[in-house]
Amino acid sequence: MATEHSRTAARLMVSPAVILLFLWMIVPLGMTIYFSFLRYNLLNPGMETFAGFDNYYYFLTNAAFWDALINTVTLVVGVLVITVFGGIALALLLDQPFWGQGIVRVLVIAPFFVMPTVSALVWKNMFMNPVNGVFAHIAKSLGLQPFDFLSQAPLASIILIVAWSWLPFATLILLTALQSLDREQQEAAEMDGASVLARFWYLTVPHLTRSITVVVLIQTIFLLSVFAEILVTTNGGPGTASTNIPYLVYAQSLLNFDVGGGSAGGIVAVILANIVAFFLMRMIGKNLDA
Amino acid sequence: MGKITLSNVRKSFGEVDVIPSLDLSIENGEFVVFVGPSGCGKSTLLRLIAGLEDTTSGAIEIDGKDATTLPPAKRGLAMVFQSYALYPHMSVKKNILFPLKMAGMDPAEAEKRVANAAKVLNLTNYLDRRPGQLSGGQRQRVAIGRAIVREPAAFLFDEPLSNLDAALRVNMRQEISELHQTLKTTMIYVTHDQVEAMTMADKIVVLNAGRIEQVGSPLELYRAPANTFVAGFIGSPKMNLLGGAAAEQVGATTLGIRPEHIDIVEDGPWRGVVGLSEHLGSDTFLKVNVEGIGTLTVRGSGEIPQRHGDSIALRPQADKLHRFGPDGKALK
Amino acid sequence: MARKTTQTRKAVVTIAAWLIGIVIFFPILWTILMSFKSEGDAIKAPLAMLSSPWTLESYGEVQARSNYALHFWNSVVLSLGSTLLALLIAIPAAWAMAFVPGKRTKDLLMWMLSTKMMPAVGVLVPMYLMFRDLGLLDSRIGLVGVLTLINLPIVIWMLYTYFKEIPGEILEASRMDGASLRSEILYVLTPMAVPGIASTMLLNIILAWNEAFWTLQLTTSKAAPLTQFIASYSSPEGLFYAKLSAASTMAIAPILILGWFSQKQLVRGLTFGAVK
Repeated sequence: MATEHSRTAARLMVSPAVILLFLWMIVPLGMTIYFSFLRYNLLNPGMETFAGFDNYYYFLTNAAFWDALINTVTLVVGVLVITVFGGIALALLLDQPFWGQGIVRVLVIAPFFVMPTVSALVWKNMFMNPVNGVFAHIAKSLGLQPFDFLSQAPLASIILIVAWSWLPFATLILLTALQSLDREQQEAAEMDGASVLARFWYLTVPHLTRSITVVVLIQTIFLLSVFAEILVTTNGGPGTASTNIPYLVYAQSLLNFDVGGGSAGGIVAVILANIVAFFLMRMIGKNLDA
Repeated sequence: MGKITLSNVRKSFGEVDVIPSLDLSIENGEFVVFVGPSGCGKSTLLRLIAGLEDTTSGAIEIDGKDATTLPPAKRGLAMVFQSYALYPHMSVKKNILFPLKMAGMDPAEAEKRVANAAKVLNLTNYLDRRPGQLSGGQRQRVAIGRAIVREPAAFLFDEPLSNLDAALRVNMRQEISELHQTLKTTMIYVTHDQVEAMTMADKIVVLNAGRIEQVGSPLELYRAPANTFVAGFIGSPKMNLLGGAAAEQVGATTLGIRPEHIDIVEDGPWRGVVGLSEHLGSDTFLKVNVEGIGTLTVRGSGEIPQRHGDSIALRPQADKLHRFGPDGKALK
Repeated sequence: MARKTTQTRKAVVTIAAWLIGIVIFFPILWTILMSFKSEGDAIKAPLAMLSSPWTLESYGEVQARSNYALHFWNSVVLSLGSTLLALLIAIPAAWAMAFVPGKRTKDLLMWMLSTKMMPAVGVLVPMYLMFRDLGLLDSRIGLVGVLTLINLPIVIWMLYTYFKEIPGEILEASRMDGASLRSEILYVLTPMAVPGIASTMLLNIILAWNEAFWTLQLTTSKAAPLTQFIASYSSPEGLFYAKLSAASTMAIAPILILGWFSQKQLVRGLTFGAVK
């Protein structure tokens, strides 16, 4: 569908993007790989020595790594479950006719615009603080002992905060999908005697599959690298209870100044992400046929 | 000027030869129609001439100059697309002005040309509208306006009428013909509709599977189709093509006879039963099941009484028989 | 087509929807309310807090204590700069992939998106060291580059899906009309794709405005955007609720307002054009 002229032009037009992304991917990654084989501490610059696989050995055998891995997965899956199911429920509700649709939609979408540092701080201090937080006030007024969310259930609290930020995204996409549902198809099914539940299961759910895929894909990309929320709430603690892999790598390299160890951790994170990406890409390759 | 010569032009997409190898010469001022069924390569051929596709091999000459590798912008041709391809974000005036602006024409001269084109095409009152606010026929006229202001060497039309309704199609057909008579510029027109081909063309090029089946004036193709494909494609309703005994009697593999060349008679060589009769008022088309031959389409006058189930006799006009050999080619 | 819904049903849905809407919005609402209270009143129980007098003193203190205007300006420069730069690189690339697709176009798109999957921590150390050695730490120019690159795949993807909806015949028409490639993209494609480009821009501005990994790692003060400005409240000033609320309100207000006004375009953008 094109001539040699336009193909040449196309290659020329696409190359800046490709070259930049390639460099962006390969240069720092190459350096990370290089550092990961060095004994390299930021406090003793110029003292780097070759370390072989030591950094990997220490990183992978460190109990903190396994905690962080489990925490990362828990965080991603937890948020995905809450936002996808919550998003479907909310979208179904908001798709009904009611008074003030526009305003409610504005209210629901708002958390998406709140930067991670703000949402984390607001939740940490104004809501989850065991002394002055809204939850503590409510507990006290009910005669209950206030619950210290961030030290008693740090990971669950972070999941809650992150899910709050992403729920609007899921809801909006699913709502848009619902609104494009073929009404005549629904009516035909109703004429065929399908119950509300059957219609939901056989018509609505398949229709939503594509948008759920989009939600899962985009959110996973962002959820795998949740960082700011942890930094400003728990600093990964108590212990490693809320440390995920990005935070662990950050702590290793920039808090402990262990560049070698941090780099090894970074490479491990890249490998893990690639495993996830592989499956995700296959999934969207099928669903997002462009 | 607008003489276009194609020599040994071949186009393949990967393994598939869309146009195996083709020679064609289009004279200055001619109205040439490429006609054929969908997928016959007629649009590809037009796009090759336009420069929107590369030829795989062969050469295209425009006015004696080799244009094979020239980009479309440099060929001096104008094209009207099936979807009109108007710029939706520009007013009618800006749409028509666009090619002149691209050519860097003096604005005053450009304005004058646009005003002229708008007058010819009855668009003067619509110049400030957007394409979205126009009817199909008006959009078509804008597309034509955009093509004529450039005074191109030749106009290329890619099925320009297929998005219009039947009545409008007839009108636009006449307008384009009149335009050709006024401008006397070469026009190459692609269509799958043989009626358009017959009514508009100076020269028809019938294409099938990328090959030229026949080139000739409309009446040449009607009177002397070179093969069974052209015979079946040109003329409406289609020519009856008969095999078997009927053909062997005249020493051919296939015998062709047009519906309008079969007379309904009291007594004739072919007898049959009317299957379907379509009374259009001016004409009547009968599908007649003839023993030993098959179903024949017959055209009768508007007010013949025959109906479904009637027995009738038919006589083909002897001088209007077309004989085709085993390879499908016409026998002399 | 629409069926008549009973008024009771509509009323029930209205109550439920409003309730949920308010619950979801509550943290933001609460923050805004609290920002207009004095420090002493802000830590009171909810009802006592609400009935306490309103004041602008927290805003004054935040302003006095830190340079909000600078961080705000940094956020604007970073998000706008990186978005415009990304568009500049992405429009030609998306044009090529949408209108001159080849066998490998889809693989190329997938690869671009996959660079987005690479966790930032994987390259944190070298990026940090490179920035340090090039003197780019705490500089806006370095961060604009990074934000451009991390959002580039998304920008290309979105533009690609928008461009795919534009009929190729129109671009061919412009070629027949004598347009050069530059004119084709500048005068025909870009104006036609304005809605798509606008929603791409919006989403990208929001993503860049709220980006909180690189902005936290690579800036400290001079080039710090609002994400960093807020993070500086994490401790021990976090306990000054009213000031924290005022700062937070100021950090999110610009994007919240922008987002609300452009909801429609945004939803289209958010879905990568995959959901219609």
